[in-house]
Amino acid sequence: MAPVGPRSGDAIFANVERVNAELFTLTYGAIVRQLLTDLEEVEEVNKQLDQMGYNIGIRLIDEFLAKSNVSRCVDFKETAEVIAKVGFKMFLGVTASVTNWDADGTCCSIVLEDNPLVDFVELPDTCQGLYYCNILSGVIRGALEMVSMKTEVTWAKDMLRGDDVFELQVKLLKQVPEEYPYKDDE
Amino acid sequence: MGREVSESCVDSVLTEMVSSYCNGFYANKPELAARRIEAIGYQVGHQLSERYTMERPRFSDHLEAIKFICKDFWSELFKKQIDNLKTNHRGTFVLQDNKFRWISHMSIDPSSENGSTVEDNSVPAGESKAAQATSMHLYFPCGIIRGALSNLGIPCAGFCRYI
Repeated sequence: MAPVGPRSGDAIFANVERVNAELFTLTYGAIVRQLLTDLEEVEEVNKQLDQMGYNIGIRLIDEFLAKSNVSRCVDFKETAEVIAKVGFKMFLGVTASVTNWDADGTCCSIVLEDNPLVDFVELPDTCQGLYYCNILSGVIRGALEMVSMKTEVTWAKDMLRGDDVFELQVKLLKQVPEEYPYKDDE
Repeated sequence: MGREVSESCVDSVLTEMVSSYCNGFYANKPELAARRIEAIGYQVGHQLSERYTMERPRFSDHLEAIKFICKDFWSELFKKQIDNLKTNHRGTFVLQDNKFRWISHMSIDPSSENGSTVEDNSVPAGESKAAQATSMHLYFPCGIIRGALSNLGIPCAGFCRYI
């Protein structure tokens, strides 16, 4: 039997169990609101969302690899494309695009025009400095770390702050080769 | 059906939420963690019931409101209705879902005890960690129901149990 190639984001999304996005949007919103009440400082909430995203990302990568059937990405450019076209699609049902590559090919922007996390969301003035979608940056960072890439993910543009799109800047810091847990001479 | 996302998004976010509150913020205060989780659920339920009843007339009585929760509301959230509804006709309702999506994916260590059938709310001294983890997750849907009902004009208290 011929090996099965990688599946498109649409195909995977059509085959996974899906739920009402409103439930997701409102749940996420309620969590952010509760975190703001409990942690009080916007910076603390940003950090917490990033940490939660990281914890999700390190597990979500397994589901991603299992369902998408992608083979090892040749380079970081391919990695970014896969995140934007397959990753976002199969989980959030939306596609992102990749732009702004630097000369080395280690830094790019992932641009999202449509984002279910922020449906019906408006930030009040009291939340200046909040990166509402910071869970996403953590998810990407966590997932990539599990495939041996240490990255820095930051927000370049945020629609909730008045920009026209969401733009995540993903910078590859280090490609860590896979380490085996046992050293030969120990 | 309106916009959709993958179920794993909701599962992941809920699991992280419960984990953050139980192991993080209120690590040794399960009561406080539970209340926070329930509060988050309350808000979600309140907003969702607002949206799902926008075009309907008011419910004529409590039973009608509960039936709405069991049928339409539950279907919107979980793509199925509540399996069984019981009442003592004096203000207490028991809603039973035989295959609750959010915990049907959780695995429990087989060496732990099965859920108890104790009637009162107090936690038996030897309650297994697994049962405790499950019940933490259940505070969220409990809050959703409470929030939804309160938006329909029915203040209530409730608890969720895994049986």
